[in-house]
Amino acid sequence: MKKISTGNKAVAEAVKQIVPAVVAAYPITPQTEIVEQIAEFVSSGELKSRYIAVESEHSAMAACIGASITGVRTFTATSSHGLLYMHEMTNWAAGARLPIVMANVNRSLGPGWNIWAEHTDALQERDTGWLQVYVSTVQEAYDATIMAFRIAEHNDVLLPVMVNLDGFLLSHIMQPLDTVDVGDFVPPIQLPHAIDVKNPTGYGGLTGPDQQFKFRWDIERSIRDSVKVIEATEKEFAKRFGRKYGFTEDYQCADADVIIVAMGTLGKEAEVAVDLLRKEGIKAGSMRLRWLRPFPKLDLKGKQVVVIDRDYSFGRGGILATEIMAQTKEDVFSVIAGLGGQEVTYEDVAGFVRKRRMGEEFWFGVNNNV
Amino acid sequence: MDTIPEIPKEEYILKCTSACAGCSDSLALRYVLKAAGPDTVLVVPACCTSVIQGIYPNTAFNVPVYNIAFASAAACASGMSNAFRAAGKKTNVIAYAGDGGTLDIGIQAMSGAFERGTDFLYICYDNEAYGNTGMQRSGGTPLGARTTTTPTGKTDNKKDIDAIIAAHDPPYQATACAAYPQDLFKKVTKALTFRGPTFIHILAPCPPGWRYSTEKSVEMGKLAVKSGMWVLYEREYGKLTIGAQSKAAIKKPIPLEDYLAPQGRFKGIDPKTVDILKQRIAKNLAKLAAEEAAS
Repeated sequence: MKKISTGNKAVAEAVKQIVPAVVAAYPITPQTEIVEQIAEFVSSGELKSRYIAVESEHSAMAACIGASITGVRTFTATSSHGLLYMHEMTNWAAGARLPIVMANVNRSLGPGWNIWAEHTDALQERDTGWLQVYVSTVQEAYDATIMAFRIAEHNDVLLPVMVNLDGFLLSHIMQPLDTVDVGDFVPPIQLPHAIDVKNPTGYGGLTGPDQQFKFRWDIERSIRDSVKVIEATEKEFAKRFGRKYGFTEDYQCADADVIIVAMGTLGKEAEVAVDLLRKEGIKAGSMRLRWLRPFPKLDLKGKQVVVIDRDYSFGRGGILATEIMAQTKEDVFSVIAGLGGQEVTYEDVAGFVRKRRMGEEFWFGVNNNV
Repeated sequence: MDTIPEIPKEEYILKCTSACAGCSDSLALRYVLKAAGPDTVLVVPACCTSVIQGIYPNTAFNVPVYNIAFASAAACASGMSNAFRAAGKKTNVIAYAGDGGTLDIGIQAMSGAFERGTDFLYICYDNEAYGNTGMQRSGGTPLGARTTTTPTGKTDNKKDIDAIIAAHDPPYQATACAAYPQDLFKKVTKALTFRGPTFIHILAPCPPGWRYSTEKSVEMGKLAVKSGMWVLYEREYGKLTIGAQSKAAIKKPIPLEDYLAPQGRFKGIDPKTVDILKQRIAKNLAKLAAEEAAS
């Protein structure tokens, strides 16, 4: 069914169709519309979920964990400081192998109080064992949320999945949305280690130095296995519903000399920038990274790479650029742009490519020599 | 509360726990689980009980135990209870936390769960300090008690968590003591008959923490009650009933010194501090007696 929706409402719409048994959430700008919409679905009876209006994000994730271990489907949504506040529990969720799905509306971190888009919030969760996907359109927010449940709950994965959408730039903009009849695309959840009072088991108790590393390795093994599950899920989604997704969304990459890598809405701006650059005779392409964890093998051989980070790791560099440099020997021009919602147009992105200085880092708006 | 309950023979705390000798937390939990029965899940934050289960892959507990991070027992139990109820299951969800996990780091999640009317039993077993980390002071440590972070004795009063819980107006709340297992058994049994959040606060004397010899845990609990330092009562829909043992203490308490003297943690306590403790005990007993008379 075709309609017009915000990114936030698209996520809520997907959740309504997937029907988690429990949604536990705490409001934070710019995520609020997701939880308000879900609360409305629940109170109107359209969604048969239990909505737990917890008193903090730490408790939101703890409640999802408590619900999930009984074997039911769970969902939450947060942003920025909310995500950081639940950081202890995001680690717990992954360590406990619970397929919780969370939407994170990417937002800057204080101080100062800045409610605008930035990816540093989710990237500080990079090493928790969560799978992370970054979306760029309202439609993709909806599609990725539906697929997230199937991927998380797959018995070769059993890890939580975070769907990231840019604050305001995507959470609050209106775009066309084509909803689908999910049908059996997301099968009923079967958690193999669900609590069973007839078979009493201890969960997460004292674990010695001779055992703990085995559980860590098991997370890594499953994240590696998730690659095939993601590919199969996206393939099946395309077959059933006609929309194709991959680890990256590549635009004009095949013959490109220079490739722009970015995540979220900036990755869409990059596509427009590619069109501009191509008219000028610069053979540019865009590789929008969708999945950050598991991190895909990127085909960048022989290309110059312009990475745009809407995030930063102080004392090291743009986080995405750092990840890419760890994987490829190709020259990278690392651009830090869009922090705290700083406006970055496709013209700006084209400018980064035109005046690229390979091997260097450039902070947009700080130096003015690009 | 004067009848002797039928206590089931089934054991849910098996042999070979890794508890300290004389641990009254294990003693209390033994009766909690006898009352709750097999259709029960324990949610345990970081505390002595996370240690005494034993080391993976073994567990000494014969009900499912969900261990969770320190601040989040009530929130985790809240999600669990909602999930069970949504599935039509009546499984008892019991958050079982120490005084640190309740009075200090877990108080926000607990308050939230009570405010939301979560259908669960929250039990705080109170050994009046952070036990498994080596007896640092907590909000539950009484005035004058020496801990590893109050080496000259605590200068602040014990936090009145029961009054904080009462402010949430739960259908049922009670205090208990590991030294009175029958009373504890009855209170747990009763708490689990209510829908909504219920609370039991158990005094759990701790030999290494309180520095008394291991065979005296039951005696310590009884001295706490007889001196009025600990009061046994229950509050059902706001109506307070003080237990017979504590009524006797209100009429004629034993000298507080009888309770303090055997404990190394009160060694060398300033007589002025003992006087303040006595005044606070008298005030608390009078307040509870007045509440009971009025309700």
